[in-house]
Amino acid sequence: MSTAVDALPRTNYLNAEYGWRSWLFTTDHKRIAWLYLVAITFFFCIGGLAATLMRLNLIEPQGALLEPSTYNKLFTIHGLIMIFFFLAPSIPAVLGNFLIPLMIGARDLAFPRLNLLSWYLFMLGGGVFLYSVIAGGVDTGWTFYTPLSTTYANSNVMSAAMGVFISGYASILTGLNFIVTIHKMRAPGLTWFRLPLFCWSMYGASMIFVLAMPVIAITMALLMLERFFGVGIFDPALGGDPILFQHLFWFFGHPEVYVLVLPAMGVVSELVAAFSRKRIFGYTFVAFSSIAIAVLSFFVWGHHMFVSGESIYSGLVFSAFSFAVAIPSAIKVFNWTATLHKASISYDAPMLYALGFIGLFTMGGLTGLFLASLATDVHVHDTYFIVAHFHYIMVGGAVMGYLGGIHYWWPKMTGRLYPEGWATFSAMLVFAGFNLTFGPQFILGYLGMPRRYAVYAPEFQVLNVLSSAGASILAFGYLIPLVYLTWSARYGPVAGPNPWGAKGLEWTTASPPPTENFEVTPIVTEEAYAYIANVGRDG
Amino acid sequence: MPPEFSMHLAQASEWATEWQHLFYFLLGVSVFFSVLIFSLIFYFTIKYRRRYRDEVPPPTKDNLALEITWTVIPSALCVVMFVWASSLFMRNALPPAAASEIFVVAKQWMWQVQHPEGPRELNELHVPVGVPIKLTMASQDVIHDFAVPAFRIKKDVVPGHYTTEWFTATKTGRFHLFCDQYCGRSHSSMVGWIIVMTPVDYSQWISTSVVAGRSLADLGAGLYHRYGCDTCHETGKGPSLRGLYGSRVKVNSGQTIIADYAYIRDSILTPSAKIVTGYAPIMPTFQGQIGEEEVLQLTVYIRSLTQPSSVEREVVKR
Repeated sequence: MSTAVDALPRTNYLNAEYGWRSWLFTTDHKRIAWLYLVAITFFFCIGGLAATLMRLNLIEPQGALLEPSTYNKLFTIHGLIMIFFFLAPSIPAVLGNFLIPLMIGARDLAFPRLNLLSWYLFMLGGGVFLYSVIAGGVDTGWTFYTPLSTTYANSNVMSAAMGVFISGYASILTGLNFIVTIHKMRAPGLTWFRLPLFCWSMYGASMIFVLAMPVIAITMALLMLERFFGVGIFDPALGGDPILFQHLFWFFGHPEVYVLVLPAMGVVSELVAAFSRKRIFGYTFVAFSSIAIAVLSFFVWGHHMFVSGESIYSGLVFSAFSFAVAIPSAIKVFNWTATLHKASISYDAPMLYALGFIGLFTMGGLTGLFLASLATDVHVHDTYFIVAHFHYIMVGGAVMGYLGGIHYWWPKMTGRLYPEGWATFSAMLVFAGFNLTFGPQFILGYLGMPRRYAVYAPEFQVLNVLSSAGASILAFGYLIPLVYLTWSARYGPVAGPNPWGAKGLEWTTASPPPTENFEVTPIVTEEAYAYIANVGRDG
Repeated sequence: MPPEFSMHLAQASEWATEWQHLFYFLLGVSVFFSVLIFSLIFYFTIKYRRRYRDEVPPPTKDNLALEITWTVIPSALCVVMFVWASSLFMRNALPPAAASEIFVVAKQWMWQVQHPEGPRELNELHVPVGVPIKLTMASQDVIHDFAVPAFRIKKDVVPGHYTTEWFTATKTGRFHLFCDQYCGRSHSSMVGWIIVMTPVDYSQWISTSVVAGRSLADLGAGLYHRYGCDTCHETGKGPSLRGLYGSRVKVNSGQTIIADYAYIRDSILTPSAKIVTGYAPIMPTFQGQIGEEEVLQLTVYIRSLTQPSSVEREVVKR
């Protein structure tokens, strides 16, 4: 377990070099993780600001402060930023980048320069997208449905689509890098079934990056072709088919949803193991369920189109696959819960996030059944029920996982500890604020309130006010960690190599690790999470 | 709290009642598993909290029987949900043959309703209680969605296609109509009301709204002459349209197509796409020349030509 340490290691990856060049031209995966961390925190703040304004507006049925056209731009910008410029890179590009080499005992990723190129592509895509925001915004919804986006919208669709197009390549290259790294660079003795579950979930996510991101690139390219050159692909007035766009978009879009939550599942497996001091129950089932989710996610896209006039027979097939993808998710939840049995559970902040994840993801997953089911989907489709459902998965799931992971590995990344009291407080604030924000939205959706409404019928006001109140709590829950984590990076107490007493190769090296990660290449002789018991079964 | 706030949503159609049963079943399953998981987590985290700093518990062996159990039980429940939901959906996918037909044209940002008898409405739809109503819907511009929460129904209105949805109202009253597919600037103002009336009230309403000679088919007949359709289709230069609706048409590509609304619409807007065997592709396109409302009027008129001597009113009932 951790012993008192007074000072950080004399040389580590953070102080190995100084100056802006040493950061902007670095090929060290740990430094690139920081580049991503800073960039996505910036994007999160913009996306969060857009959400704040939306929730403020929805306090009044007639709209408290915004024109509908402004509101439409805000939800579009919120969606695009959060999906493409925050969530997609969050766990993979920050934690995955930092941890995969450390977890498998490698010096770096397989292609360090490609890794840096990914970040530059991401920043270029983000910059182009920000241009579209500054130039007046885009108002098509993050889904870019045609022919609204190609023919009717007067906003900056081209630059927004171009931003998404470019940033997709960053994800493709990151996915490729991870797949090769996990295949080829594992330390001696680190077999597939000794890998930490985080690596399994990153592997599943990388498969999706490599296979789904090209499809969104193609889709955006076709959209730009039609909008700019008038080539008839989607607009029926030009001889196109608007439903074709939805097939292409959701063929990417549904795997994308899983690429956001799969990495969080990996983080949660690490957290539950570390703070229970136990091997994850049913390791192989949890590992293979990640792969099952990644594969099945490619066969469910049509459930976004049950009410689009899609053939009822294809509706049947997509409904069946959508129910099927619920099973591996349920297996994960059951196994995490079973891991807690006869464990030694501590209530550190990362564990609170992990437990919060399991609860919220369970609710997000179960409400997904209402959408997989052909009949019930008809009524709740495109209402606030959907909004609540995917926020339970993506915020209750992915963001909770990301925050839990950041807290867990922060001592490894910075070498310092954050104030535990504040962390516990803000974790609870996030959980409470989140439920108050999105819980009422399930009821709103059931009552029929459509999504993307700037103004709404007066009987929906009470629940909207509740939701906005929750959002203000949630906002504080996000701001507080920003403050104390930043503070702790400089002033926090020194953490030592393994402050949690956790298993895993990343905890065997110094905090912060040296540039080369390990002084000698580790040799792995045991399975993951091989905690050595020191109490009897009744202890 | 405003007086109109309620957690209750009216069940005002036959489908809504059946929908509600399935919804409660799914809700029950969800609540059961949520409570199960939450209580287990709560219980375990209290009971097995860490007693001292360096405590490490003994490992637990994996348990194949347990893994199989919690794979099989949720799978079985999913099969039940899938079968129930799918059979309900399939049973209600097609409107009954006796359904009354009403036409809807969606455009940014309004709902235009055309009753076959002639009355036209904006952002309102009057229907009688207890009668199956079939909506045939077209969009003039982008994708919209015709959603009535009290009926639990919703269907996209897609440009370039006709989509249909149907319901049988079981309660009289005013119910929200929402556009549920984001359609641009004033999407959230593209709302209206469904007004469900007793049959007596409805026949009164429709009789005061009907203007002689202004039924959909009458309007279509006017367009038929104005656009000069008759100069070819009545003279043999083009195929005759009498008895066309519902018949099988052989086209140049070798396919045989059933002449439904979609076929008639396509043939007006992009005539060269499907040329009837034996005729030259000489018809001009009307794409961009006439709107979806006029296309609907023409289509209904052409449909009325099925029985050459019939009265246009007959179009209402199939």
